[in-house]
Amino acid sequence: MPRILVVEDSSSMRSFVRSALESDPRSSAGLEVVEASSGFEALRLLPRGPYDLVITDINMPDINGLELISFIRRSESHKNTKVLVISTQSSERDRARGLTLGANGYLIKPFSPEALQAEVQRFIGSAPAQAKPHG
Amino acid sequence: MAELSDKAREEFFSEAQEIIETLSRNLLSLDAAIKAGTSDPSLINEAFRAVHTLKGLAGLFGAARLGALSHRLEDVLDDLRLGRIELGQDVLDVLFGAVEAYTRILQAEKADSDEELDVESLFVELERIGAGAVEHQSPVADYELDPGLLAVLTEYEEHRLRANIDLQMQLYRLRVQFDLSTIDKVLEEMKERAKRHGEIITYLPTGEATSADTIELDLLMASRDDLATLIGSLGADNLVIEEIPRRSRRSVLPGAGTAPPRHPTALGRQESLGLHGELERGGLEQAASLRSLTQTVRVDIRKLDHLMNIVGELAIVRSALGRVAEKLRGEGQRKLAAELQRLHRNFDRRLGEMQDGILEVRMVPLGQVFDRLARVVRQISREVGKEIRLVITGAETEIDKLIVEELSDPLMHMIRNAIDHGIEAGQRRVEVGKPLAGTIALNAFQKGNHVMIEVEDDGRGIDLQGLTEKAITLGKLSRSEAQEMSRDEVLALIFLPGLSTRAQADDVSGRGVGMDIVKTNISKLGGVIDVHSETGIGTKMTITLPITLAIVSALLIQAGKHTLAIPLSSVSEAIAFEEAGVRLVDGREVITLRGQTLPLCRLDRLMALEVAPDSASRRRFVVVAALGQRRLGLVVDFLYGQEDIVIKPLGKSLGAVRGFAGATELGDQRVGLVLDAAGLIEEVLAGVEAPRTLERANG
Repeated sequence: MPRILVVEDSSSMRSFVRSALESDPRSSAGLEVVEASSGFEALRLLPRGPYDLVITDINMPDINGLELISFIRRSESHKNTKVLVISTQSSERDRARGLTLGANGYLIKPFSPEALQAEVQRFIGSAPAQAKPHG
Repeated sequence: MAELSDKAREEFFSEAQEIIETLSRNLLSLDAAIKAGTSDPSLINEAFRAVHTLKGLAGLFGAARLGALSHRLEDVLDDLRLGRIELGQDVLDVLFGAVEAYTRILQAEKADSDEELDVESLFVELERIGAGAVEHQSPVADYELDPGLLAVLTEYEEHRLRANIDLQMQLYRLRVQFDLSTIDKVLEEMKERAKRHGEIITYLPTGEATSADTIELDLLMASRDDLATLIGSLGADNLVIEEIPRRSRRSVLPGAGTAPPRHPTALGRQESLGLHGELERGGLEQAASLRSLTQTVRVDIRKLDHLMNIVGELAIVRSALGRVAEKLRGEGQRKLAAELQRLHRNFDRRLGEMQDGILEVRMVPLGQVFDRLARVVRQISREVGKEIRLVITGAETEIDKLIVEELSDPLMHMIRNAIDHGIEAGQRRVEVGKPLAGTIALNAFQKGNHVMIEVEDDGRGIDLQGLTEKAITLGKLSRSEAQEMSRDEVLALIFLPGLSTRAQADDVSGRGVGMDIVKTNISKLGGVIDVHSETGIGTKMTITLPITLAIVSALLIQAGKHTLAIPLSSVSEAIAFEEAGVRLVDGREVITLRGQTLPLCRLDRLMALEVAPDSASRRRFVVVAALGQRRLGLVVDFLYGQEDIVIKPLGKSLGAVRGFAGATELGDQRVGLVLDAAGLIEEVLAGVEAPRTLERANG
């Protein structure tokens, strides 16, 4: 079952992403969505991975999304994890940095559930990460 | 937009509301910082992030007006946080205007209304501010920073780095290991501590850790203090602080592309000190509040009402159990009766705890509404050009969420009046020997089952003479009546409709934007408002409110053939009634109670109730209802005792019957009416006793 970590400080946005992911008929076999409300929470949750996909906002206090991406890309245990950036139009430069750091794609807020589903399928539909326990 | 559930929409509105409140608080703090001649860039960034998030959400939930405003506001805040615009009072004015606009838009969105909201002038203002943005940053290349570091900085963090370098700040790297389970708390403590010395620009996880449960972070910090000072203040055994040499060709921080050294050695001087004890203190409060944030759930208050109703119904079950126990005892089943009695007591206690628990959940601190008022004070004081000092006490006082929601408008009216008409112009204040800045005090405190809120100003006081004249002119009062009025009665005139409109307020009473409406709104909440005023010294308005609307302790009484409930919060005592003690004063029945005159109201007569046949011979009682400073003796036929009741609203057809707060289920499954003590006192004391038809209501 694919595992997805959603890192976003807005609870409405997290709920929206979760319900979009869970309502995708292509994921009828099930997927596990884990929510983190901050970069720190994500750091805490990452070792419980690996996750197939991390969906992250950029503009968050303390540990921002870029730092998170950089961390994931440097970490051996997350080498198969895909990263999808969700950010607003105005953060164009931050988004570009995310891609440079190794994010696999981005979506501009606001986006429709369908757009998110299509993007997510690109990552979890084809190449699921190995479900090996951490450690 | 895909169809969204009501729940999702509600969550959105709730979060939007929180975001707007956060924004408002940030702006108030910024205002205070500017006035104190300091600045806090993190506040601007927080304001930006708030609006940024709101914009994203608005798009998601199809709230176009919210989105349009957020979009424009975000641009301006972006310029502000990146230093392209200077933050001054004029800019703050516009930002506060945006908060007001948000509030209006959110209300319209919630109500699903397409009403045109005039935000054009605000948009023009935002545009004007944005046009003044100047890019005056030196290129990054000047600082010779490691591209690996720059790669993980957001635009804002990069700006803060430059700004600090421009200010000749020394840069430090703090390498610190955290236990993953306590990282939030420990980091908050460290942040609080670091704030005194400078600014933490970014946090970069190094990817190095001693175990799976710990994480290592590199913090980039700018400070004007030297290394020894920082170590003295921040030092801990899990922390290594290094000075990053200025104008070095070396990288500032090991970045994403380069593997960081496992143990910091090469960069500058380094020291590691075991001053752990110091780090553990302080900032705990902050950490606690952060934790509670993540453990909060939002609950629709209607769900709590529903739970409360169930508790009310369980209370009926409880009474029935009690009766069954009695019955068993009567039938000689002593053992079974005792067992049931024990269960009954246990049930009773648990039910009480549950009721208290639910009530506690409904309670919110008054600070929520006080924050909004602080904004209003700032805005009005700038509009009218008077300097105002707002002093708030008791913001932590808790009251029913529903009451808080309804308090905002009345309090806003009162404060506006105090500033407009109470506080004198600066020149005048100086002439009469008062401080230039007027003071408005907003005090809240709990007193028994009530919450008191005082709005006090140190202005000119209410002009009694002018108020009386106005009332006479408007035909509310005859000149002879006016001469007989006590000081308090004259003051109470400001609550008459039409007496104090804005246009007339200045030359007449010196205050009064619709005080009658304020009073009406407060009594709808079961509260009363009292006014004190001293000429030349100031005015104090006191609102007395019940703590909750959900459940009340009530005195059950009999009037005529009917059982009625009187909320205990408005009962001060009950005494035996002696017909012989009744006197007539101005055609009104009164008795003397401990030397004071107490007006009487015979409930059965007032409500045209069917009189109990033996009422003349039976002993009767006077229930003394008191609200604020007003008292009224209710003559009743019998006292049943005290009971906790859940008040249910009367149906539409009966809702207009005055004098009743609602209906309730009594223990024996009958329905009883609940008297609206505040309403009764108002009406009876105002002399508008009119017989009403309870028979219909109670039938």
